[in-house]
Amino acid sequence: MSNAPSHLKYAKSHEWVETVSEGTYRIGISDHAQDLLGDMVFIELPEVGQTISAQDECAVVESVKAASDVYSPLSGEVIEINEALVDGPDLVNRDPYGDGWLFTVKASDLSELDGLLAADEYIKLSADDDH
Amino acid sequence: MGAKTALYQEHLNLGAKVVDFAGWDMPLHYGSQVEEHYKVRGDAGMFDVSHMTFVDLKGERVREFLRYLLANNVDRLTTYGRALYTCMLNEQGGVVDDLIVYYFDETYFRMVVNAGTHDKDMAWIKRHATSFDVVVEELTDVALLAVQGPEARSRVHNLLSETQREKAEALAPFNAVESEGFFISRTGYTGEDGYEVMVPEDQAVDFWRRLHKIGVHPIGLGARDTLRLEAGMDLYSAEMDEETSPLEAGLKWTVAWEPQDRNFIGREALEPQYNATPTRKLVGLILDDRGVLRGHQRVIVDGEAVGEVTSGSFSPTLGKAIAFARVPYDVSGRVLVEMRGKQLPARVVKPPFVRHGKACFE
Repeated sequence: MSNAPSHLKYAKSHEWVETVSEGTYRIGISDHAQDLLGDMVFIELPEVGQTISAQDECAVVESVKAASDVYSPLSGEVIEINEALVDGPDLVNRDPYGDGWLFTVKASDLSELDGLLAADEYIKLSADDDH
Repeated sequence: MGAKTALYQEHLNLGAKVVDFAGWDMPLHYGSQVEEHYKVRGDAGMFDVSHMTFVDLKGERVREFLRYLLANNVDRLTTYGRALYTCMLNEQGGVVDDLIVYYFDETYFRMVVNAGTHDKDMAWIKRHATSFDVVVEELTDVALLAVQGPEARSRVHNLLSETQREKAEALAPFNAVESEGFFISRTGYTGEDGYEVMVPEDQAVDFWRRLHKIGVHPIGLGARDTLRLEAGMDLYSAEMDEETSPLEAGLKWTVAWEPQDRNFIGREALEPQYNATPTRKLVGLILDDRGVLRGHQRVIVDGEAVGEVTSGSFSPTLGKAIAFARVPYDVSGRVLVEMRGKQLPARVVKPPFVRHGKACFE
C-alpha cells in the first residue's frame, strides 16, 4: 500500500503540494506514482524563473517503464528546482516526499489550492487505480 | 487472473510486483528492477522461468525431423547434453519461434520454446512431427530456475549433491546434464555465466528458498529484459516474428546453409536472400542524450523515417539508453530517433553492449 502523508495536498494527476511558507509551495510526485512508474532514470525539470500555469506539463519523469509528464498543480513562478535529481533520479523512488521533491513555486493564485485533495481522498483515488 | 508457476507464492512473499506475461502471473521486479540488474552483473540472481514451454521429442527419426523443422542444423549436436540455439521458420522464411534444442541420444531430444508462442508452437511441432513418427511430450510438472551472474555457478554447486556437483562443474558452456532428477544446463539469457536448472515442480519452492538463503537474489522479468538487451540477445516478437526473416534479425549465424541438400522449412524462401545483400538489418543504438529508447520509436536518416526501434531500454551498465533497431542495410554512423516530439541523435553500433559484466562502449 502506498503512503500519502496527511500534511500534504494532492492532485488527481499524482503530484503532491507542500506548504513551504504562505504563497510558496514545493511540488513532487506521490509514492503511488513512483511505484507505478518503477525505477527513475531521467528527470527533466522546469527552469528557475519559468512561469507555469496549473495543469501545464512542466516536468518529465522517465522511468525504465515509461516517460510521464508532471503537471503543475499550481500556477506561478518556479523559484527552485531539485538539482540533485540530475545525477540521482532514484531519489524520487527512495524518498518521493522528501529528497525526491521536484520544484518549488511562488503561487500566483492561492484559490487553486482549494481544488486539491486531502491525503485520505487521494489514497481512495489511488486505490481505485490498483486493480 | 493468469496461470501461476509453482513459485508464485514465493514471489508474493518477496514483495514482487506481479504482471501478466503471456497469460502467466509473473514477477516484474521485487522492488527495484535496476538494483536487480546490477545483482546479476556483479553477483548472482535467480529468475523463475517456469512459464516457458518444455518439449521432449522421442522416436527413431527424431534427428531427421529436427533437421527439417529447425533452421540451425541439429547435426551439430553429437554429444550428450549439447545445446543449440535456433529458429523454427515458416514456409515464407519468417520466424515461428526461437528456441534451444538439447540432444540426449538418437531417439531423444528436448526443446525449450517461448511462453508467448506456446499454442502455435505446439500445434506447429505436432503437425510436422506426425510424418516422422516423433512423439511430442510437453513437460508440465517441472519448474525452471535460471541462476545467472559471476557467482551463480558456485552458489548452485553449494546446493547440489556430490554427484550432481561433479557433473555440473564439468559442463562447458551450452551443455547440460540430467542428474538425480535435476536437469542442469549451462545456458542463460543475460550474457553472464550461470545455469538454468529444471527441477520437479514439487521441489521448486525448496530449491528457490535454499538459493535465496545463500544469497542468490530474486530477479524479475524487468531486469531479464535489460540484461538480455545489453547482452545483444533477440527477443521473439520484438526483434523477429513470422513476418521477419532471421537474416534481418541479426540471426544469419543461426541458419545452417550447409549441407546444401538439407531441406528445412523456410529454406526455399530464404535461398534468394542468403547470398544477396539484405535490404534491412538489425543494429544496436546508443543514445548519448538524456532519454530512453523504446520499442516502435522511428529511426530518421536524412529527414526520412527509415526504420524502427524493435526493443529499447535504459542500460544500467552504460548509464544511458540502448536499443535494437531495424534499418536499411547501408545505415551506419549516426541516426536520429524520434521520441516525445523530439529527434535525438543515436550512435549505430554492433551489439553486444555489455560483455562479461563490462560495457563494450562508452
